[in-house]
Amino acid sequence: MNGWAPAPLIANPWARWGFYSGAALYLMLALGSVQVNWARLAEGLKRGGSFVGAFAHPDFVSRAAEISEGFIESLTMTVVATAVGVVLAIPVGIGAARNLAPLPIYGFCRALIALSRTFPEIIIAILLVKMFGFGPLAGMLTLAFATIGFMAKLLAEDLEDIDEAQVEAIRASGASAAQVLVYAVQPQVMARFVGLSIYRLDINFRESAVIGIVGAGGIGATLNTSFDRYEFDTTAAILLLIIGIVMAAEYGSGIIRKRLQ
Amino acid sequence: MLTIRGLTKTYRGGDRALDSVDLDVPAGQLMALIGPSGAGKSTLIRCVNRLVEPTAGSVEVDGTMVTGSGTGALRLARRRMGMIFQEYALVERLSVMENVLSGRLGYVGFWASWLRRFPQTDVDEAFRLLDRAGLTGMQDKRADQLSGGQRQRVGICRALIQNPALLLVDEPTASLDPKTSRQIMRLLVELCAERSLAAIVNIHDVALARMFVQRIVGLRAGRIVFDGPPEALTDAMLTEIYGEEDWAASAPPADDETA
Repeated sequence: MNGWAPAPLIANPWARWGFYSGAALYLMLALGSVQVNWARLAEGLKRGGSFVGAFAHPDFVSRAAEISEGFIESLTMTVVATAVGVVLAIPVGIGAARNLAPLPIYGFCRALIALSRTFPEIIIAILLVKMFGFGPLAGMLTLAFATIGFMAKLLAEDLEDIDEAQVEAIRASGASAAQVLVYAVQPQVMARFVGLSIYRLDINFRESAVIGIVGAGGIGATLNTSFDRYEFDTTAAILLLIIGIVMAAEYGSGIIRKRLQ
Repeated sequence: MLTIRGLTKTYRGGDRALDSVDLDVPAGQLMALIGPSGAGKSTLIRCVNRLVEPTAGSVEVDGTMVTGSGTGALRLARRRMGMIFQEYALVERLSVMENVLSGRLGYVGFWASWLRRFPQTDVDEAFRLLDRAGLTGMQDKRADQLSGGQRQRVGICRALIQNPALLLVDEPTASLDPKTSRQIMRLLVELCAERSLAAIVNIHDVALARMFVQRIVGLRAGRIVFDGPPEALTDAMLTEIYGEEDWAASAPPADDETA
């Protein structure tokens, strides 16, 4: 017999079959523990149906003032938070690049990034709404904080991947540390950094709709109000507008990023 | 011009790349540094401008001590040393002109350099050097659009605009074809003569070195084992530097890869 089969992931057959049957048993017990209230489900399906049905006749008109106010607030939040976050992410990102920063600064900046990235936006928003009250200020701070973590991490990774020969060449000419940064480092990471900033603008707009639901202002707050009033026609209108804006932003940022290469 | 005394470099992990090297290069002399890979050629020229920090010994360029000086003094010393690299080390996304002018960074303040406001005399000199190197009209091309030979010419312009007293040249032709290699070596020789520069050229190609320089220094395992004119570099000497090999055999035909 010259048969061949790929080596199994777990070499010991007892351990292998024990693991598989244990996993199957757990899955069955887990499924059994999910209790389904069929009566509630039937009622919910009807309500869900009327929600989906609202998309056939979205109502842009009766809450037009609230909707436009919400969108303007969301866009303001998004733009300001992205601008502030991106600017603050530059020093943090440089500090978090092992090839550029001394160890204590590196540790501090990496900790800051980890903190920002550990918590989802919605949890930070809940915290900041408690601290600063309802409204777009809390939302703006949330998005700016999340932007710092996102942009600084990606920037730091790009910085750690730069071609050191170019840095060496500029340093050899007698350039200062700051000049090395703007002549040898910045040109290597700039295009991608701008592209990522535009991508983050995109993300921040989407997030602004979510964090509004917990009270951080913007279109999310308007959306939440319409849910609470069971005005699904207005809800559908808002969701359609969000989809439209996100798609437009994605298309626009794609064009800009292609141009930058 | 360049005076090196007792230069030693021990890398972390204990590799001794340079072992008490003494070397003098007078003004106007083009010197080739040969030796097998890992002999310490690259470490030697990087210790001169302290891109690599020497473990011991002293380096003096044009009457200024390079070793032991602080950050500011080191920058001033580096302005007098132009460096040329094997893989050109141009900033790929900057234009040819920006790459050439980056050789003036040691002379220009931060804001002026950031805004690309270089003195008119620097811009004039950059245009002159580009003309001299055969790159007329190329100033606005991005460095990554150039061929290897053109890139190395930009690298040479960048080093020369520093107005250096000494050139440190690391394998200038290793990434180039034979014809371009000769052209680049000829350009280096001519420019060094025009400006009476001292130069250390690390080079693998012994034949090319013989063709263009007045003095060859052989490095083996971090020590100088040969120092003399190209004529004195005998086959026995080559064996001393590189190890046993049939140096008398002429180059094999192109399709014969056994050599």
